[in-house]
Amino acid sequence: MIGVVDYGLGNVQAFITMYKRLHLPAMPVRTAGEVEAASKLILPGVGAFDHAMDLLNASGMRDAVVASATERAVPLLGVCVGMQMMANGSDEGKLPGLGLVPGRVVEMKRLNAAAVLPMPHMGWNDVEAVGDASLFRGLQDGLKFYFLHSYCFACDNEADVLAQTRYGATFACAVRRGNVIGVQFHPEKSHHFGAGLLRNFAEL
Amino acid sequence: MLMPRIIASLLIHDGGLVKTVGFQNPKYVGDPLNAVRIFNEKECDELAVFDIDATVNGVGPDFKMIAELASECRMPLCYGGGVRTVEQAKTIISLGVEKVALSSAALETPQLVSDIARQLGRQSVVVVLDVKKRMFGNDFDVLTHNGKRKSGLSMRQAAEQAQQAGAGEIVINAIDDDGAMKGYNLALARQAREIVTVPLTMLGGAGSLDHLAALIEACGTVGAAAGSLFVFKGIYRAVLINYPDAAQKEALFVSERGQA
Repeated sequence: MIGVVDYGLGNVQAFITMYKRLHLPAMPVRTAGEVEAASKLILPGVGAFDHAMDLLNASGMRDAVVASATERAVPLLGVCVGMQMMANGSDEGKLPGLGLVPGRVVEMKRLNAAAVLPMPHMGWNDVEAVGDASLFRGLQDGLKFYFLHSYCFACDNEADVLAQTRYGATFACAVRRGNVIGVQFHPEKSHHFGAGLLRNFAEL
Repeated sequence: MLMPRIIASLLIHDGGLVKTVGFQNPKYVGDPLNAVRIFNEKECDELAVFDIDATVNGVGPDFKMIAELASECRMPLCYGGGVRTVEQAKTIISLGVEKVALSSAALETPQLVSDIARQLGRQSVVVVLDVKKRMFGNDFDVLTHNGKRKSGLSMRQAAEQAQQAGAGEIVINAIDDDGAMKGYNLALARQAREIVTVPLTMLGGAGSLDHLAALIEACGTVGAAAGSLFVFKGIYRAVLINYPDAAQKEALFVSERGQA
């Protein structure tokens, strides 16, 4: 059973709807006990970093999510701000992150000061897999996902980068360290590309 | 490359899907949930749903309807209509909507835009400006309440105020071109492009895929939104939901690909 961590942020229902269409079992999880019972976890998130960390901390599920990802090695997929929360911290806020993937969340416009591009980065953009491609298996050429963000993940270790995207500068749009995966884009809103990725995650 | 967004814009009136001309005479074109399902199948880039009754009737957003639309929608969804508080915006986002659009409330209370941006992130706040060309000169006035009230601001003033306050996207809705299907007002689009530094979406006037291509050529990576184009077919305006397929869409981006 895939558990979608429902701590009050992010589009929990969109993941449940997507998995229902794929005929794969998924449900929202709202307590530490439910987190511990899940065989895979999705951590969604939208909005500001500290607000998301505050809500996760207050939900009573934070420790169970971290323990599942580390001690039990349960596959964990962070989405958008859910991905950013896996870093050590973010330039957007003051609170520490979960520290599951070494790195820091930085403001996108600082990656390439010369590029005057509209921010936030909003819309469908090309994604290039650079590491282990198992999450993108079976997804044909023209891989694209929907993005909606102003901050992005800067990995400490190049080897943790799973895929990259270009918007002014090239940045890590997917990261992976062992069983912990993060994607900056929104697979739950990316039509067949997103469905394929969520299916691949379910089959990991 | 970041693709221009081809956005279907749906209007809700009396619980049904309608299409207006010049913001007047709403014509019933179908059931909103059914439309969402068809746009899912067609892999639409993004969907914008505007409740055109909420502000005019002085009522808040219909959360039950929004929840139904959001749970059906497999593409990014923007909702607008009657949003006047941070709490309403939070509820809408929690129902599975990506972006909340403000119009009259953002013009009256720019602080509301800032408050929502701070709590939900600026990427979730859209400001829609309904604009109409002034009788004299090249400026555009911003109107509210379905084009019935003047805000007293020009497009430039309103757009700059919205950006300053924290809007993550600005939608320019051309009242004069609504439903006309004669093409976007490209002079308006170029003026907006020059003012707006956040993602920009143009709405009003699209009647063919060539019109979308012309907008993209004029503005680069832009949101090209359309209502009539995606709900009517042929000169008799028969209701038929349609949307370009991947190859047709790619052809619209030729001018952009050339630059990349």
